[in-house]
Amino acid sequence: MSDKILVIGEVREGELRNVSFEAVAAAKKIGPNGEIIGVVVGEGSLSGLAEEMIQYGADRVTTVSHENLKTYTSEGYGQAVMAVINDESPTGIVMGHTSIGKDLTPKLASKLQSGLISDAVDIETDGDQTVFVRPIYSGKAFEKKIITNGITFVTIRPNNISPLEKDESRSGEIKTKDVDVADIRTIVKEVIRKASKGVDLSEANVIVAGGRGVKSAEGFKPLYELADVLGGAVGASRGACDAEYCDYALQIGQTGKVVTPDLYIAVGISGAIQHLAGMSNSKVIVAINKDPESNIFNVADYGIVGDLFEVIPLLIEEIKKIK
Amino acid sequence: MNIYVLLKKTFDTEEKISVSGGRIEDDGAEFIINPYDEYAVEEAINQRDAHGGEVTVVTVGDEDSEKQLRTALAMGADKAVLINAEEDVEEGDQYTTAKTLEAFFEDKNVDLILAGNVAIDEASGQVGPRLAELLGFPYVSTITSLKIDGETVILEKDVEGDVEIIETSLPLLVTCQQGLNEPRYPSLPGIMKAKKKPLDELELDDLDLDEDDVEPKTKTIDIFLPPEKEAGRVLEGEIADQVKELVSLLKNDKKVL
Repeated sequence: MSDKILVIGEVREGELRNVSFEAVAAAKKIGPNGEIIGVVVGEGSLSGLAEEMIQYGADRVTTVSHENLKTYTSEGYGQAVMAVINDESPTGIVMGHTSIGKDLTPKLASKLQSGLISDAVDIETDGDQTVFVRPIYSGKAFEKKIITNGITFVTIRPNNISPLEKDESRSGEIKTKDVDVADIRTIVKEVIRKASKGVDLSEANVIVAGGRGVKSAEGFKPLYELADVLGGAVGASRGACDAEYCDYALQIGQTGKVVTPDLYIAVGISGAIQHLAGMSNSKVIVAINKDPESNIFNVADYGIVGDLFEVIPLLIEEIKKIK
Repeated sequence: MNIYVLLKKTFDTEEKISVSGGRIEDDGAEFIINPYDEYAVEEAINQRDAHGGEVTVVTVGDEDSEKQLRTALAMGADKAVLINAEEDVEEGDQYTTAKTLEAFFEDKNVDLILAGNVAIDEASGQVGPRLAELLGFPYVSTITSLKIDGETVILEKDVEGDVEIIETSLPLLVTCQQGLNEPRYPSLPGIMKAKKKPLDELELDDLDLDEDDVEPKTKTIDIFLPPEKEAGRVLEGEIADQVKELVSLLKNDKKVL
């Protein structure tokens, strides 16, 4: 039987998140000769987004648009995506391991009585078996996992599987599916925007993270400035969050987010094992700390021993010169 | 209110992980309540104290899981249930655990189920939402606030840093996020009392399940450690020169700028 893989795209503020295209690339790895069907769920016209998904490698796309899909709810999205799954009977499903992906996919897996491999960072082929690599113990170790029974259902961690090259000449069928989305029992009354505008921590290529050494909420300002110059996001250690220098949403570590940016700049962070678990798989790590004995220097590619309030402004200046 | 907490034991966050023969070495490791499940236990106790009722902590684990259940009882939970699946299922997955819990909850009168949003070991975050679906309950994951007023429930949910205010109703399943509360430490009298609180041990047979009903859909075929990160270079010289060198290294050697 040839593969038929559904890729659930994710829309944020009217645009597809990058992980949606990474999910298409993941689907290609799972079924190189199979058909890849994108699913885009939301409100209003979604055909532009559907086209983009095709340009990134989907063969065709089904959209489900309904006023009750404006804001994500597990029940609303669940009804929409299940309707497409029932139409297509796919052999595989791929989605990003994002806030929505984490919330929605276990529900779908439960409905489908299927397995689900969450948060894969790599996909390997071993004979005719697809093997998924995923971090466990917050990246202190990795496991290789296979589906033994039923549909190949997986979520992928953002930033780990490269999307295919965008090809604007690609075209494919775009279908709209009417679903009567109703009976939603969890009503989103209000969304309070608190996350820093721009780059999301889990998808950022560059992260500037602060620890207790930053000393105050005010002390985070130069870090934001540096992140801004680098087009990155700001994160924090648990110590900085506990001391209320910043929101828990920024916390990186064993509790908090696990991140794998290309560049991680740890500022005033001592490098407790719980923090290292959240960031040590970053590609390049820079540590800036007053204390030369800090554990963070043991995982850093480059270290500067010095006062962050002196180093960061110089760094901002130097980076501005080359940007 | 009948409040249930789903709890799992995990490695202490201080533990280094070692692997032998494709398995995690757990001899001599310290185990704790999964940190996110601690928020669930704390919240359950607070809600019981506010609205009355009873808190039952449930784990699907092995005989060693009793320790973490006793800790939850010492924090203030009323009853504990250990579903010991070790004998029947060698390597269960999230499907296994959710199906097992579904059978447990089948004849229970439940108002609220709380769980951690993710366990820090396997980190799949699946069991809560899977169980809610099986029980036909609405669910909200990663909550940072829970207010119950009669049948109405107002929640705050963390969505990658943004906050959603959500209205729903009981019965309900929620998974807890950091920021929800500050879990208490068990007090000495709490620890003494916990020894006498009821702790039931069940096996799959007691839930009318056999191993085929909960057969996992996924399998771990290998576990390995990431390559050891070598200590890098601490730069030297005047700070201004160090910064210049750093930018040059990042741009030219590592090509990340």
